[in-house]
Amino acid sequence: MKSQKTKAKAYWRQNLIYLFVLLFIWFAVSYGAGILFKEELDQFQIGGFKLGFWFAQQGSIYVFVILIFVYVYLMNRLDAKYGFNDTNKSETP
Amino acid sequence: MSVQTWTFIIVGLTFALYIGIAIWSKASSTKDFYVAGGGVSPWANGMATAADWMSAASFISMAGIIAFAGYDGSVYLMGWTGGYVLLALLLAPYLRKFGKFTVPDFIGDRYYSKTARIVAVVCAIIVSFTYVAGQMRGVGVVFSRFLEVDINLGVVIGMIIVLFYAVLGGMKGITYTQVAQYCVLIFAFMVPAIFISIQMTGNPVPQVGMGSTLADGSGTYLLEKLNGLSTELGFSEYTNGTKSKMDVFAITFALMVGTAGLPHVIIRFFTVKRVRDARKSAGIALLLIAILYTTAPAVAVFAKTNLLNTVSDQPYAEMPEWFKNWEDTGLLTFEDKNQNGTIQYVANPELNELTVDRDIMVLANPEIANLPAWVIALVAAGGLAAALSTAAGLLLVISSSISHDLIKKVFNPKISEKGELTAARISAAVAVVIAGYFGINPPGFVAAVVALAFGLAAASFFPAIVLGIFYKKMNKEGAITGMIVGISLMLFYMLKFKFGIFDGGKEAVEGLKDQWWFGISPEGFGTIAMIVNFVVSLTVNAFTQSPPQEVQEIVEDIRIPSGAGKALEK
Repeated sequence: MKSQKTKAKAYWRQNLIYLFVLLFIWFAVSYGAGILFKEELDQFQIGGFKLGFWFAQQGSIYVFVILIFVYVYLMNRLDAKYGFNDTNKSETP
Repeated sequence: MSVQTWTFIIVGLTFALYIGIAIWSKASSTKDFYVAGGGVSPWANGMATAADWMSAASFISMAGIIAFAGYDGSVYLMGWTGGYVLLALLLAPYLRKFGKFTVPDFIGDRYYSKTARIVAVVCAIIVSFTYVAGQMRGVGVVFSRFLEVDINLGVVIGMIIVLFYAVLGGMKGITYTQVAQYCVLIFAFMVPAIFISIQMTGNPVPQVGMGSTLADGSGTYLLEKLNGLSTELGFSEYTNGTKSKMDVFAITFALMVGTAGLPHVIIRFFTVKRVRDARKSAGIALLLIAILYTTAPAVAVFAKTNLLNTVSDQPYAEMPEWFKNWEDTGLLTFEDKNQNGTIQYVANPELNELTVDRDIMVLANPEIANLPAWVIALVAAGGLAAALSTAAGLLLVISSSISHDLIKKVFNPKISEKGELTAARISAAVAVVIAGYFGINPPGFVAAVVALAFGLAAASFFPAIVLGIFYKKMNKEGAITGMIVGISLMLFYMLKFKFGIFDGGKEAVEGLKDQWWFGISPEGFGTIAMIVNFVVSLTVNAFTQSPPQEVQEIVEDIRIPSGAGKALEK
């Protein structure tokens, strides 16, 4: 069995990888699609929305919600893998 | 029944509900008062966070601002939701694991210094007062329009209600009233939005209706129609902005980072039981917030189109009743410059005859669309719920900063549990009175003031907290200098370019726009101040001593989620 310290290190490294990927998507949908490349995307249309405008006022928000729930899922799985999940009943009052 | 009778009934019922909850959830210990006992479920905390977060600015002002700013209004939509991603990924789980009562608690312990704690207290108080002033003003607007009481009396009534449940129940009372307030405000926001969406596009989902064709059978898309109307009157196209890309970028970033750094939002995550609950409730909070935030831009489009259709080039004598009602409040003014009796609403300020305060769009919207009286009354109750829930959360930050961080941790560590609880209650009461003063003498309109609070939070807390978690070797010298430099720079920029105090007052503000640094407005300057904070912190850190071993161990410990239940018992 690995020592607590190496376990913690590996856990933290994996956490940072998740953060990096999720924040990249966070940046891409809001600052990328909604601001920097808005004009380019506006040439496409979904229904009555120009695409860049849609990302800025609707799409980015939907993606933000999904991102947090993906993070919750990934981290719960990671906690379980390293045994850091609080399932110990004695801690609940 | 008249709108006013309905408003008295609905507002009266909701207030009775809040007071009932306050009595039921009276705080009996400091732990109850600061973190609601620490056992709030993720759903309850998610709902409370959403209400805590969505203020008078979100409910009353935001859709109105977007209606007039079009694409530029996206900064608020992305900024005030995207911050939750930062909060959930970078802050909430670790601060919950750390498990104390306040944000200055974290700063003080992590940076092993009373000075750091006091600097954090000062920052928390500046941020929270800036923010709370906007809420009280929102309460006043609603009262004066719907209950036809004086705007100042409205503020006083709001103060008494908040005083009652914040002082009595502390965080515990606030949490459960916020759960109720979320339900009231989301219902109040959605009902008229759905009605109007059906009216205008035939689609009951406002988010979809916004991108649909008009219900008049013309086959024109609503947004196309609005773009057409806007350009006809000399405004820029609704779906294109007028702000520079740089400024849009900076404002969005400042709002996001500020969201993650606002103490009244952060402390909500101290109230759940485990780290995984903190993550989950951040997700639930954003989901519940997103319901309003994706509807608001639709409401903006509906309201703007309706307004242009109703007033543009129409005879003043034929204006409906709501027009006169809002004129009485002074928030809508018509000046017949060419004396022809019709309303010219155009971009050119020389010819324009109509001024519409942006704060009234959501409140007037149901009337403009001819919705039933009870819907209009519901909107009033929703606006009050939004303003009161946020005000209460902010007042708790102010009171706990004083009673816990200043009195207990700095000046009088021997104070008894009972004494600290009394101190917390007294400081909450004093804070309410000061907030009320700002509400009666407001420093500007709601969202503008609130937007500045984000810059202040971004410039002070965010770097200190993130570095405290992600950089083990971050020391006190760096963090303290960073916070002081960051918030001072932001305050300076705000006073210079928003209030013009160095150049002869508010009139000078317009002329100073050319001098904005990098073309960034005061609202977006939090981004620059935050970067400066990071740079100063890391530079000072490089030349001073590393933090002691036990502090580095605290950092290692907060990165591991297990065992959070115990932390609070310490």
